[in-house]
Amino acid sequence: MKRWIAGLVVVAALAAAAVFGMRMMAQPPEELDLARDKPSANQLYRVSIQPELDPPAIGTLHNWIVTVLLSDGEPVVDAKISVAGGMPQHGHGLPTAPQVTKQLGEGRYLVEGVRFNMGGWWELKFTIDASAGSDNVTFNLTF
Amino acid sequence: MQAIAQLRLSQLAPLKPDPSNRFADDPAAAALGEALFFDTRLSRDGTVACATCHLPDRQFQDDLPRGHGIGVSDRRTMPLAGVAHGQWFFWDGRSDSPWAQALTPIEDPREHGFTRAAVAAVIAEAYREQYEAVFGPVPDVEVHGASPLGNEEEQAAWKALGPEEQEAVNIVFANAGKALAAFQRTIAHEETRFDRYAEAIVSGREPVAGDAFNSLEIEGLKLFIGKAGCINCHNGPRFTDDFFHNTGVLTPEGLPVNRGRIDAIDEVLADPFNCLGKYSDASPDDCRELRFIARDDAALVGAFKTPSLRGAASRAPYMHAGQFSTLGEVIDHYSTAPAAPVGTSEIGPVAFTDRGRAALIAFLKTLD
Repeated sequence: MKRWIAGLVVVAALAAAAVFGMRMMAQPPEELDLARDKPSANQLYRVSIQPELDPPAIGTLHNWIVTVLLSDGEPVVDAKISVAGGMPQHGHGLPTAPQVTKQLGEGRYLVEGVRFNMGGWWELKFTIDASAGSDNVTFNLTF
Repeated sequence: MQAIAQLRLSQLAPLKPDPSNRFADDPAAAALGEALFFDTRLSRDGTVACATCHLPDRQFQDDLPRGHGIGVSDRRTMPLAGVAHGQWFFWDGRSDSPWAQALTPIEDPREHGFTRAAVAAVIAEAYREQYEAVFGPVPDVEVHGASPLGNEEEQAAWKALGPEEQEAVNIVFANAGKALAAFQRTIAHEETRFDRYAEAIVSGREPVAGDAFNSLEIEGLKLFIGKAGCINCHNGPRFTDDFFHNTGVLTPEGLPVNRGRIDAIDEVLADPFNCLGKYSDASPDDCRELRFIARDDAALVGAFKTPSLRGAASRAPYMHAGQFSTLGEVIDHYSTAPAAPVGTSEIGPVAFTDRGRAALIAFLKTLD
């Protein structure tokens, strides 16, 4: 009986391992929303992103422009924006810590220091703090 | 096909200028650097040069689990071809340029065990003309065994020097690193059978007889870019993403558990020879890697740099402290994916058949 239970535990562990093992090679979910223009989570802002290089070259440090508007289309100036991200299927973040370094006017902000060091599904997350309140938005990117 | 195309050596961009080292592409600096690289006078007992561990006829590495200088270091000696394409140096990236990197082993008691004041003295004595032609006057330093990182006596001698002499020594020391880096920039990857095969198939040509892959090598390549997931980190023409990953490699017996990248971040930020430091030729805006350094990702705990796989098949042992003596052991590690000694391993187990194992090794040999 004991041996039987031990065998079952091994089988369960192997099954779990097989699933875990597939994480690294997993394809991005089929229904992934790849929009580069979308409302923030609580609909406070309309946010769009544009890379300096399109598509960004893997391994190259580059910039993005993020544009923040109110839902009526009014540009949001003087927003405090922080940037994060990573690979949900790999459990690691971005290889750099990108920052908003400049306001470019009309709700546009320069994001410097972005690098994607491998192909696959990446998330780029922005937390936006401005007069309408604090909100966040997550973009999916695949390379 | 795109996955294969990106791995060709022809896709490697020309080496970018190093704004922190304005002598990086100066042939006279490289010639001086080459001489310094082989000079055993740059060591405590006159027996250790950079080339003691970075052997030119062995891909500039030493085939040992850990480097042997005056003592034994904690880390596997890295090969040098193409390293200047990366952003971070050492297995944990605790230097941000090849010239800052080159300075550290010189003062490490287990490697050269030397001091920066003694480096300045050797340069004044043996390389005055060559040095002055590139960098300007060599200061006369009376005290030889002086360094802020040395033993008690050397640190006391360093303090006794006073700020002006310390500064003069630091400048010569930094320039020695810049010359060594200029030499190392000339060490490039060479085209392999993989590159010739990939060029042919990407352009729709039949590979010429000696370059064609056999079925085992093709299977290995498919595993590499597919099911085995190797290409996630070993991507691009150098087969590395130049970043840090925890792959759960065990700490060698007798060594303390090492937290890798996460502990190196403060070190590189505090390094007086980094891109933002006073010995750097870069403007702060040029120091983009330091400005945008990732600092607090839990994935960096226990993470070490992805090595290039070019030439790897003929340079065992493997991993940051030479933990595995064969490629078979490396593949065993990836197939079992043990829990990491510190932090969380990023890898999950991959089931390999015996043929898959052999195929992956056969493919890696085409990168030699």
